[in-house]
Amino acid sequence: MTGEGPDLGKEPDDQATPDLSKQEPGGRARETIGEILRSDHPAVVTVLAVICAMIVGAVLIVASDTPTRDAAKYFTAAPGDTFSAGWSAIKNAYVALFEGAIYNPSSGQLLSPISETLVYATPLILAGLSVTLAFRAGLFNIGAQGQILMSAALAGYIGFAWHLPAGIHIIVAIVGGIVGGAIWAGIAGFLKAKTGAHEVITTIMLNYVGVCFVNWLLTETWFQAPPYNQAVSRTIDGNAQFWHLFGSTMRVNFSFILAIAATAFTWWLLKYATFGFRIRTVGANQDAARTAGMSISSTYIWLMVVVGGLAGLAGVAQILGDANNYQITASVDGGVGFTAITVALLGRGTAWGTFWAGLLFGALSAGSGQLQVATATPPDLVQVLQALVVLFIAAPGLIRLVFRLRRSKAGGSAVLAKGWNG
Amino acid sequence: MSPELNEKREDVVESSVATVEVAPGEVVEQHVVELKQSTGRRVGTGAAFIVLGLIAAVVLGMSAGSHSTSFDLNGSQPGISVPKFSVPGVGVIVACGIVIILLGAGHLLRSYSKRTLRWAGIAAGILFLVAFLTWAGTEGKQSVQVGSLLQQTLFLATPLILGSMAGLMCEKTAVINVAIEGQMLFGAFAGALFGTLASNWVGLIAAVAIGALVGALLAVFAIKFTVNQIILGVVINAFALGLTGYLYDAIMANDGTGTNQPIPFSPIKIPVLGDIPVVGSLLFNQTIITYLMYVIVIIIDVMLLRSRWGLRTRAVGEHPKAADTVGINVLRLRYQNVIIGGGIAGLAGAALTIGSVGTFNKNMTSGQGFIALAALIFGRWTPRGALGASLFFGFASALQVALSLLATPVKIDSNLLQMLPYLATIFAVAGLVGRVRAPAADGEPYVKGD
Repeated sequence: MTGEGPDLGKEPDDQATPDLSKQEPGGRARETIGEILRSDHPAVVTVLAVICAMIVGAVLIVASDTPTRDAAKYFTAAPGDTFSAGWSAIKNAYVALFEGAIYNPSSGQLLSPISETLVYATPLILAGLSVTLAFRAGLFNIGAQGQILMSAALAGYIGFAWHLPAGIHIIVAIVGGIVGGAIWAGIAGFLKAKTGAHEVITTIMLNYVGVCFVNWLLTETWFQAPPYNQAVSRTIDGNAQFWHLFGSTMRVNFSFILAIAATAFTWWLLKYATFGFRIRTVGANQDAARTAGMSISSTYIWLMVVVGGLAGLAGVAQILGDANNYQITASVDGGVGFTAITVALLGRGTAWGTFWAGLLFGALSAGSGQLQVATATPPDLVQVLQALVVLFIAAPGLIRLVFRLRRSKAGGSAVLAKGWNG
Repeated sequence: MSPELNEKREDVVESSVATVEVAPGEVVEQHVVELKQSTGRRVGTGAAFIVLGLIAAVVLGMSAGSHSTSFDLNGSQPGISVPKFSVPGVGVIVACGIVIILLGAGHLLRSYSKRTLRWAGIAAGILFLVAFLTWAGTEGKQSVQVGSLLQQTLFLATPLILGSMAGLMCEKTAVINVAIEGQMLFGAFAGALFGTLASNWVGLIAAVAIGALVGALLAVFAIKFTVNQIILGVVINAFALGLTGYLYDAIMANDGTGTNQPIPFSPIKIPVLGDIPVVGSLLFNQTIITYLMYVIVIIIDVMLLRSRWGLRTRAVGEHPKAADTVGINVLRLRYQNVIIGGGIAGLAGAALTIGSVGTFNKNMTSGQGFIALAALIFGRWTPRGALGASLFFGFASALQVALSLLATPVKIDSNLLQMLPYLATIFAVAGLVGRVRAPAADGEPYVKGD
């Protein structure tokens, strides 16, 4: 059950392509680019989905804009006022998003919006990779939140309680974070493999257990920061903090390099590693995997360990990077766990797809801050846009129908999220 | 090994609907071989019972206070009250523990069938809770408020029950509904908004309507565009969270009294039934939403097994091709059930606003839709199972509030206490439920002639 439905071949707009072989070489190359633009190539669908989402978003902006609504009261007398008020509301909102995420001519720091985008994107990419990897084996990891919390708690504890020399300290803290996430997800994998307990239930429950556990830690004097009146942990040592990539004025730090490395690792794992082949086979067809002599249960367990390790890296980025003042709180995960699911969906089950999806969502999140500062449009607009983009991409049939695209071989989706019986 | 291998089951239609011809309402008698646990798992499960019993008898028994525990069965609502009663604390605790140990020993010596094991598990859980509540009251300072605990349980479980029924409606026709959370959020928002602008009855209708509308969205994308249904659910949740948050800021944040202050429904006492001591004030002095919940649960439970609609729904969920062959309109039935399910989820959302405090807050469902989904899976896709699981979650949340008000013999950290329901669910799912089976075609789009 991928997004590629078997009925799509029957759509009325799916006509035979014109015979290209008769055309001369130059014309043919031009036709090929034209073909791609009019086909449902993933890149084309993604761009169109973003445009569709922005159009729906524009409707929301106009509907909630007070000047536009005031102007609409005398719409019949002066319709132009309504349109110009609506247009300026839309323009202001999207310009603010752009300025917050990519480039702000009025700010002194040219690169600081990009830096913010990368800071927001890093945990999204890492947790997104975790969800993507689980998807490929047919598992649904809703537990990234709990895995991030446990990882941040362990990495953070190592960060503030152990005092190790520079270099060693940060490595130990990173390993601690990976182990924290891996254990938390590994529990779900173990229960799935050994007892058949459904990972959707166990990972949701482990999220709650993780939240309660961190809340408890934050009331213990050996964990909480003095004077013990706020639910924050002690601050981690400088030795365990990631160094900034472009000076301390910009928050982007080494954790983004980790995200790139983790993406490359996941890509390699899925494409070349034997274990990745096992993951994909189990995801595609359990019976075939079993017949070929693969152990389903050991695949599940080790897969979830890796999945948790990736989510653990997201926790490491949140606590050792400049994202939360180097202190653990109960919201140190920043809601990344659930957004990561949409990132993974947008990434269509591939490592680099997830990377670019994480960057896009990171940019939108970074832009929402500027949206709040500069306009009257509520920043929740960004969440609506994120959901709409994925909705339009998840339904390639809809985008094809609206824009009368042709079906191509590159279309469709590689995401393998099975039903409950998978 | 056991004479109970063959067991008569009435609900057998459920698992073999594609092969057994049944007239609506007919009870089919068929012999089903109950599978037993493997020896390794049996030892593990039995040991878990015994450990639980030992915890009850030894840990709770040793740390209990010296007083006897008094229980108060009356809720906060007026009605005929029953007197409080006291039990000898340590005696009851140790007795409960011993019975749990005996249940476990019975499984080790003489393997229970899966069905018996489930009931033994439920019995052990209840006994443990009795022991725990008795222990909590042995300081003798306050009596244990069982009445208000149960009242709170029903109150907190109502949205979960409705949510899991919404999921059940969809999944029995093989459309996975992960979007319960989003539908609830929309329902809660519409309930508060229209409840303020017009009246709480309009709010109720608006909540159901918007839930059904989101259900229709789910249905169109899942059935017409054959989008992966888990993806779809997650996306609808994100969309609901974003849009209700956006509209909250745009409409409610600036004008709270004009748009976000509905008058919640007040309880309606049913004559005669409401006068029964304890049970009456607990079950029959409730708001309209709770009564609707009773009706919905009973209708779904009866209709699913004993009506033409139920038979067709289950057929479409298990084997849509076979259902299509005998002339059932698979897609129309799926549309219908998913939209009705959405309406029920909208009602679940209304329970959170106009059925409770009234006002809407951003992300006020806070994962309850997912808990409802877990309850559905935990309850093995049956109405009764989902009801029981939802009540369990409601009870666990209510218990945690009740215990924080009680002077227990050993002070329990409230954060660690909050973990208990979730840990108990993990243990229950791993140990007692195990591999669950969803409707066979769940999540698969149906394409005619494929």
